[in-house]
Amino acid sequence: MTSHDHDHHHHDHDHSELSETQLRVRALETILTEKGYVDPAALDLLIETYETKVGPRNGARVVARAWSDPAFRARLLKDATQAIAELGYAGRQGEHLVAVENTPRLHNMVVCTLCSCYPWPVLGLPPVWYKSAPYRSKAVKDPRGVLADFGFELPAGTDIRVWDSTAEIRYLVLPMRPAGAEGWSEERLADLVTRDSMIGTGLPKQPHEVA
Amino acid sequence: MDGAHDMGGVAWSGPVRPEPNEPVFHAEWERRAFAITLAMAMPGGWNIDMSRFARENRPPEDYLSKSYYQIWLAGLERLMLERGLVAADEIETGKPLHPAKPVARTLSRDAVAAMLHRGGPTEREAKGPARFAIGDRVRTRMIHPPTHTRLPRYVRGHIGTVEMLHGVHVFPDSNSLGQENPQWLYTVTFDGRELWGPDGDASVKTSVDAWESYLEPA
Repeated sequence: MTSHDHDHHHHDHDHSELSETQLRVRALETILTEKGYVDPAALDLLIETYETKVGPRNGARVVARAWSDPAFRARLLKDATQAIAELGYAGRQGEHLVAVENTPRLHNMVVCTLCSCYPWPVLGLPPVWYKSAPYRSKAVKDPRGVLADFGFELPAGTDIRVWDSTAEIRYLVLPMRPAGAEGWSEERLADLVTRDSMIGTGLPKQPHEVA
Repeated sequence: MDGAHDMGGVAWSGPVRPEPNEPVFHAEWERRAFAITLAMAMPGGWNIDMSRFARENRPPEDYLSKSYYQIWLAGLERLMLERGLVAADEIETGKPLHPAKPVARTLSRDAVAAMLHRGGPTEREAKGPARFAIGDRVRTRMIHPPTHTRLPRYVRGHIGTVEMLHGVHVFPDSNSLGQENPQWLYTVTFDGRELWGPDGDASVKTSVDAWESYLEPA
C-alpha cells in the first residue's frame, strides 16, 4: 500500500468510525445505566471535574508557591504528595507524587512510554501528544529532538533527565523561575507557569508575555 | 507482554505534534467513555493493572489504529465481557438483552469527590528490608512475560544506578492477575549510551521505576 492510499483509507476510516463510536458509546451508557451499574449524574460530575476543576492551573499554583516560598519549595522537593495536599490537591493518579527541579545545568522531562501515566491532581488529564506514539517512543531516546518539535533548544551544557513513569509514582517538573518577575504575587506568578513547563517539554512564559 | 504499547525507543516517523489550546476532550463520546471507564471500576471490581492489560493485550495493528479513548473503550468492553457484566450480543446490538448481574457497589454522584480524592494508593507496609540501596549498580532482568509487566523493553538487560527508594508497592505483574504481592520499588537511572550505544546522547540520563524482582546486582 502506498502512503497516499494509506492516508486516504485512514481518513475515511476515521470519519466513519467517529460517528460509529459515538453511537456505540451512547448505547453502552444506556445498557450500563439500565442495568444499574452506572449513574449518569455521577458520570456528568466526573467529566465536569476534569473539564473545569482539575487541570494545569493547580500545578501552576504549586509552582508559583514554590517560587515564592523557600520553605514550601523544600517541602515540595522532599515530599510532593504532602506538599500539594497543603493546597488541597490529592488523589487519583497523584497518590505518590515526586517533584523534580530544573536548574541551569539540568532539565527534567516526564514521559510514560507504556501508556499515559500523568499527575492528574496537578495537571489534569494528559494532552493527546503526551499519549501519542511519537512522544512515547522518542522522549527516552531523543529528548532533544522532542524539545525541537516543541520549538525550543536548551542552552549548551544543559543535561537532560528523562523520567519514565512506569509505576504509580507521578512526576511534576518544577521549572526555573523566569527573571523579571520580582515582587510578583503568587497569583501573577502562576500565570507564567505553562502545562508543558511542568512536563518538561516547555519553559515558563516570560514576564513581558503576560504583563 | 511485548506489545505495541511498549513504545520507548521505537523508531517512529514524524514529530510530536502539540495542539494549541487543546480541549480536555475532543468529542462527546470521549467524555462519556472516560467517565464510564472510571465509574465501572467500582461495580466491575478490577484494578488498574487489569485495566492496563485489557488495553494493551491486543494485536499491534489494533492497538495502533485505535485512538486513545477507543483503546479505553475496547479494554472496558473486554473487562465487562470477561466478568459477565454485559454480553456480546448486548455490545453488538447496543441494547440491554439480559438481566443485570448483581454488583457489590456502584458510584453515586455524592461519592465521586471522595473517590477521586482517595485515589488508589499502591504503597504497602514493608515486611522486610530493601535488597538494594541508593547508589547501588543493578542490572534489569531480561524477561519477556506474556502477561502484564511494567519493565519496558528498552531498559531490559541494562545496567543502571538506584537513585530513589519509594517504599513497598503493589507489584503490577501479579496485580493484573489478582495478587498484590507488594515489593520494594526503586527509581533506576541509566546513561544514554548504556541504553542506546555509541549513538546515544551522553548528556541524557533516563530512569524507570522498577520493582525489586525486575533487578539483580550488577
